[in-house]
Amino acid sequence: MQSLGRALPLRRDPAPSRWAYRMQRLWLTPMFRAGMRIGLPVFVVVLVGGIYLSDAARRAGAAEMFGALRGSVAESPIFMVELLSITGASPELADAVRARLDVKLPQSSLDLDLDAIREQAERLDAVQSAVVRLGAGNVLELQITERTPAWVWRSEAGLMMLDATGHRIAGLAERADRADLPLVAGQGADKAIPEAQAILAASPWAKRIRGLVRLSERRWDIVLDRDQRILLPAHDPVAAVQALASLDHAEDILSRDLIAVDMRNPDRPVLRLTPYALDVLRTQATAPEPQQ
Amino acid sequence: MTDLYQMQRAMRNMRRAALQRGVVAILDVGTSKIACLILRFDGLEEQAEGDGVGSMAGQSNFRVIGAATTKSRGVRFGEISAMNETERAIRTAVQAAQKMANVRVDHCIACFSGGEPRSYGLAGEIALEDGVVKDSDVGRVLAACDLPDIGEGREVVHAQPVNFALDHRSGLGDPRDQIGNRLACDMHLLSVDAAVVQNLMHCIKRCDLELAGIASSAYVSGISALVEDERELGSACVDMGGGSTGLSFFWKKHMIFADSVRLGGDHVTSDIAQGLQVPFAVAERIKTKHGGVHATSMDDREMIEIGGDSGDWEKDRRQISRTELIGIIRPRVEEILEQVAERLVAAGFESLPSQQIVLTGGASQIPGLDGLASRILGQRVRMGRPLRVQGLPQAATGASFASTVGLCLFAAHPQDEWWDFSIPSERYPARSLKRALKWFKDNW
Repeated sequence: MQSLGRALPLRRDPAPSRWAYRMQRLWLTPMFRAGMRIGLPVFVVVLVGGIYLSDAARRAGAAEMFGALRGSVAESPIFMVELLSITGASPELADAVRARLDVKLPQSSLDLDLDAIREQAERLDAVQSAVVRLGAGNVLELQITERTPAWVWRSEAGLMMLDATGHRIAGLAERADRADLPLVAGQGADKAIPEAQAILAASPWAKRIRGLVRLSERRWDIVLDRDQRILLPAHDPVAAVQALASLDHAEDILSRDLIAVDMRNPDRPVLRLTPYALDVLRTQATAPEPQQ
Repeated sequence: MTDLYQMQRAMRNMRRAALQRGVVAILDVGTSKIACLILRFDGLEEQAEGDGVGSMAGQSNFRVIGAATTKSRGVRFGEISAMNETERAIRTAVQAAQKMANVRVDHCIACFSGGEPRSYGLAGEIALEDGVVKDSDVGRVLAACDLPDIGEGREVVHAQPVNFALDHRSGLGDPRDQIGNRLACDMHLLSVDAAVVQNLMHCIKRCDLELAGIASSAYVSGISALVEDERELGSACVDMGGGSTGLSFFWKKHMIFADSVRLGGDHVTSDIAQGLQVPFAVAERIKTKHGGVHATSMDDREMIEIGGDSGDWEKDRRQISRTELIGIIRPRVEEILEQVAERLVAAGFESLPSQQIVLTGGASQIPGLDGLASRILGQRVRMGRPLRVQGLPQAATGASFASTVGLCLFAAHPQDEWWDFSIPSERYPARSLKRALKWFKDNW
């Protein structure tokens, strides 16, 4: 007779099958575990990626897709630069910089190379330094510090403005355009501008000086009006200028009828008189001194 | 003999490899349950010498990290009778223990209770060449022991030197470096049925495990259930298992005798099943829940629902008093204890200085057994529980795990056996050397 009560639950064999037992032991092997958890996924990813990229067309397609994706992001309005604003420069210089930079706008800010723009701007003679940044509202801001002209240099090529360090700034059509600046001349004068500055500062004849002449890229001459020249030594010209200044102050030399004062030997200044003064000196020397 | 020697040496090497790896499984193949423990060895034997702190017999350097028990299948009288079933049961236990430990084990040490263990006392004597005992002399004296006729198809599981004598001084534990002329030794040899051991080895091999040691469960339950003094002064451990009852004598910290009675708790269960006409599982439940050996008047009034699922309402609603149940259980338990007493007498237990008897094993948990046992076996009977080892789950601390825990101690710190000493070179058969020489002569 069948049992009418609760049916006995079918007892499953609790023993693992031989394969389940082996699999569990395999899983408990540390090397196998590490291999399955790290090695296998890495292997699969590398394999699938390798198979996918082994075809050149797919590689090109992927590169193209990536480029398109990047383009679509880069060309979104957020990244587009519309304007270039240049501050701190005269209008002419600003135009020159604009022409020089040749930045095609609008352009994505992701494609802009700010360092290259700065270097290109600084390559202009008139620009002392430049700061480039992307400002608010997608404006490319270029802040330029101009070189201030300090000297006019007359050379074989023509007139040229120099700054205080001797760097060229721009050409000049006429000397009268910048009559306020002192003049230097001679080959290699731009390389010795700081020395010229010191000489000019030391000399008390500012109103009489017409300019400084660099000779043989070695020493300076000061050219005064009335065609007077002061020949300075190559070594320590400022001291020579100061010596001459004190001499002039005491003896009033430079207002005399001289062509040149030769200070090249600092121990022994040599004066060169005009021919007329020389004649007068000679006659006075030969004529007997008038009795008083 | 040399074959067995090599096999046991190989198992010792396997054990060393297992300890090197640090994880070893303990497998107790019993009649009623199969227990598997996984031990982790943290460091090899760091003995804290001095101040009375010994090596603690290796108990301190391992930890149980996995434990599982399953109902045994295909084992009768502690011997494998259906290998497929036993293999499945072992797989279940090993898998559960591995899952708990979360490590993979490759080596296992097993014990079993069957195979009709027989003890032999061996004696050997040699003359020392230079008056000092050396390592090789110990090997020689062990090899000098004459092997008794252990019978056809028997195998040696334990061969432990238990005593050394130097000239007229006996009772030496370690004769090495001592001075004398004649070295004698007594060896205890335990043989079991070879087929039983081979079946067990084959079964374990089919579970992808390497056997790193094998022990008789009578011996290992003695290791865990007896305390140090009992082992020193002489005592017997009675391991009452499901299918057989193991018996081991310890004296001077060595096992000197082992035997087994092929009766156990399962026979009690089958008596109940037959007497009450209930299935085996129901009988087992009734035995463990209501069993006892002393009936009192209270037990007459305590009625036990037998239950059952036979479909016959009358049969399933039967009730018996506890006295009736005890009436079924008691004769069988008495029979087991009487058999044990017989074996004790036959083995000369009276000659031991202290005659402590320790009952352990699953069947010893029956209430009132100590009173009954002291009436049959003598006054000095106590119930033994296994030693506590680190990390052992609470469920595995009962008396039924005595041999499992003892096997842990055996794995951690085995006693020196005959195969731990190298065999002296003169014992190698001279014939093979001659054959090697002949081969050289023939080829050159």
